[in-house]
Amino acid sequence: MMKTNDIILQTVTKVTLFVIILFSIYLFFTGHYHPGGGFIGGLMSSGAIVLLLLAYDIKTVTAILPVDYKKMIGAGLLFSAGTGTGALIAGKPFLTHAYTYVSLPLLGKTSLHTAVLFDTGVFLVVIGVTMTIIQTIGESE
Amino acid sequence: MSLLHLAIVSPLVLAALIPTLYRTFPKIHTGWFLLPLPILLFSYFLQFISQTSQGNTITRNLQWIPSLGIDFTVKIDGLGLLFALLITGIGSLVVLYSIYYLSKEKEKLNLFYVYLLLFMGAMLGVVLSDNLILLYSFWELTSFSSFLLIGYWHHRERSRYGAQKSMLITVFGGLAMLGGILLLYMMTGTFSISETIAVAGELPGSQLFIPALLCFLLGAFTKSAQFPFHIWLPDAMEAPTPVSAYLHSATMVKAGIYLVARLTPIFAQSGIWLWLVAGIGIITLFWGSFSAVRQSDLKGILAYSTISQLGMIMSLLGIGAVALHFDGVNDGIYTVAVTAAVFHLINHATFKGSLFMAVGIIDHETGTRDIRRLGGLMTLMPITFTISLIGTLSMAGLPPFNGFLSKEMFFTGMLNAKEAGIFSLDVWGILFPVIAWTGSVFTFVYCMILLFRTFTGGFKPEKLDKEPHEAPLGMLVPPIILASLVIVFGLFPKLLANTLISPAMAAILPSLVEDGKQFNVHISHWHGFKPELFMTIGVVLVGILLYKTQESWSGIYRLFPEKFSFNKLYDHSLELLQRVSRKFTRMYMNGFIRTYLVYIFSFFIFILGVALVYSQAVKFDTADLAEVRFYEVILVAIIALSSVSILFAKSRLTSIILLGAVGYTVALFFVIFRAPDLALTQLVIETVSVSLFLLCFYHLPKLRKSEGRVGFKLFNLLIAAGVGAIVTVISLSAHSSKKFESISNYYIENTYKKAGGENMVNVILVDFRGFDTLFEICVLGIAALGIYGMIKLRLAKGKTE
Repeated sequence: MMKTNDIILQTVTKVTLFVIILFSIYLFFTGHYHPGGGFIGGLMSSGAIVLLLLAYDIKTVTAILPVDYKKMIGAGLLFSAGTGTGALIAGKPFLTHAYTYVSLPLLGKTSLHTAVLFDTGVFLVVIGVTMTIIQTIGESE
Repeated sequence: MSLLHLAIVSPLVLAALIPTLYRTFPKIHTGWFLLPLPILLFSYFLQFISQTSQGNTITRNLQWIPSLGIDFTVKIDGLGLLFALLITGIGSLVVLYSIYYLSKEKEKLNLFYVYLLLFMGAMLGVVLSDNLILLYSFWELTSFSSFLLIGYWHHRERSRYGAQKSMLITVFGGLAMLGGILLLYMMTGTFSISETIAVAGELPGSQLFIPALLCFLLGAFTKSAQFPFHIWLPDAMEAPTPVSAYLHSATMVKAGIYLVARLTPIFAQSGIWLWLVAGIGIITLFWGSFSAVRQSDLKGILAYSTISQLGMIMSLLGIGAVALHFDGVNDGIYTVAVTAAVFHLINHATFKGSLFMAVGIIDHETGTRDIRRLGGLMTLMPITFTISLIGTLSMAGLPPFNGFLSKEMFFTGMLNAKEAGIFSLDVWGILFPVIAWTGSVFTFVYCMILLFRTFTGGFKPEKLDKEPHEAPLGMLVPPIILASLVIVFGLFPKLLANTLISPAMAAILPSLVEDGKQFNVHISHWHGFKPELFMTIGVVLVGILLYKTQESWSGIYRLFPEKFSFNKLYDHSLELLQRVSRKFTRMYMNGFIRTYLVYIFSFFIFILGVALVYSQAVKFDTADLAEVRFYEVILVAIIALSSVSILFAKSRLTSIILLGAVGYTVALFFVIFRAPDLALTQLVIETVSVSLFLLCFYHLPKLRKSEGRVGFKLFNLLIAAGVGAIVTVISLSAHSSKKFESISNYYIENTYKKAGGENMVNVILVDFRGFDTLFEICVLGIAALGIYGMIKLRLAKGKTE
């Protein structure tokens, strides 16, 4: 975009990007027990990609992440709606969640919850929506 | 979910698979994948005959929205079963026919068969549902699939016109029907058709009864192309011929007849019902057959003929309603009209289906449907000629075909009308047989035109684009089957009497048949020298005379000027509607987002202000307040300062940064009020939206300071102050007045117990209010796609210009 020297921003981005994305994944998984969840996690991830966009330009970013974000929206919606429909197949009302606790090596007592699947959908939709909008507007120059 | 539910939904499921099948097996005609389904369904429904012929009904229930009384209840009785068999039976033949009619190289078969399956499933749903809302949903789906099928060749202007016309008219009727359903619900408190019929006796006293009746009839008349809503059907003939044979003659247009038959036990106690159904039906019969004679397009003739035959069935159902007013029905003097209606329904499907397919063959093999260019095809297409001969003679009402039998019963029904002695039928009833007879004469004439102009006379090869020859076997088999049925039903009507007709009658006139008993359906060829016989002879004689002298009297068609026709009325009102609405929209949509914001905020102030005053909710109570802390004061100061500074910012960049400052400070507010989820969300949202702003920043024009007049800005100030004041008052009042118990305790109690989570905010999002979240992400997705579409479309347009 601008022909300024942004070497500092680019170097910092290279490092922080992974930290932010890891943190957003942490936020996503911890959502059921601590602040976080699919919505915040998704926003945080898109924030990371936006940072990448600011540091580099849109062409470089599409080369690094050749993702069709519109398809991501669809995939996310399928995840969420699919989780809901799963309950129907089990004979429960739409969107009834199920959960159980299992003991895993290293991790100890862990909960398995269909809400995570639903939240995955939210996570993907949020990234998809944010990036579709930003990418479209950015490309239209 | 029972097998019956699966049977109804199966076409819709298969429709979802068709695009994949089409792509995976491009060498195989997609129709072959379809064909087994309707055949399977047909044999599945056949086995119910043994049940319904003993007067039993089968009901299966699946909960959908039980709290609103909306359930996926399906019920098989005589009437529903008859239609289900027609839909699947004719459906199988039409699919087979379409495999040879539509070439797999040239046509987009995946779309065609998806639409066709959508229609099949929707139609099965209409005739088998016992819940009015369910019926309505399927009803509208049939309109939509019909729209898509008429517009299948969407590059043709006439196809698009016809599709739009049918859609506007049938969906208008559908909406009216929804109104009728709701009115009926207000009277009975149930959406179930069976339950409504059970309490039908108490309904006529209600003042909603007549409006509901009219609404339902609007739905039925538009769907079944009754006068004056018939204008959409001739234009629907732009659809591929298999579609015309299936939707616009055998099944969908009969949905209106189904509705009238289904609701007869509810509404037939009213004289208005009787007069409207019978009267509109008989007018349609006459007008349809009269207009058919002037057509020169083979499909045009068939379209008007369908209109006329639908009118005939409709009028029979109307007269049949008289039967509900008399207890003694053993003589069958009034029920004969209903028998004729049901019988003719079956007959019409057979002969009209075969005729449509024959016309499709002619069109396919000669390249034209114009009778002025056709002629002498008898020797070239002997099999098609035979099929058409059987079809037209049956339609004209000649023995020994099935059309003769139902036509005679039709005359009987009409002649009986004037003897009823109720609802002024004794005075005006004589009109029914007279109009019926006149209509039948014209029916005879267009049948002759259809047959002789196409197949006899001189062969005109110079006017044809192709060398005509007989169609391939696959195209001939379906109409041959239908034509054989015409003869079989004509010679052995008893085959139908107790299997299909009397169970269907029991469903139309339930109060007249005792438990475990049957209507005594009696169909015969020879009644003795009765008026009916003389009417038929008269029809044939006058018909031949009119056919021979057609040229000398065809001038009467010019008596009605074209510009007063219903078609012109439709075109003009559509144009007027577009013009007025465009003018009206332009009045307030000026393209400036600030104007729209003014609308939105003014309405916001108005509606909230009125609600506050009306419910006397303004309250101010300082009793239960926390102390104001130091940090909060600072944050408020920052927010106020940055907001005010935005007004004085000289460049957009400054405004964006200041707006960001406001947002981040709000996030800090959430932090000190211990709402980490909100704080996090607000922070990230703020970041993303500020960068979005910066992106858009380049596209925006420079900020202009001197915009608009001062008066305009004063108005803005008022609105801004108003919004601020309203929001403040609402927050204060919301805090001060506790009208009901807060729901938060429920969440505190159940977050861990019921949902196995500890973060209440998130558990609400994904579990307790999961539905909201699902819809929110849907809205988000739609918004993103909308933005994508808008910007990409604008770019594409810019390139072409």
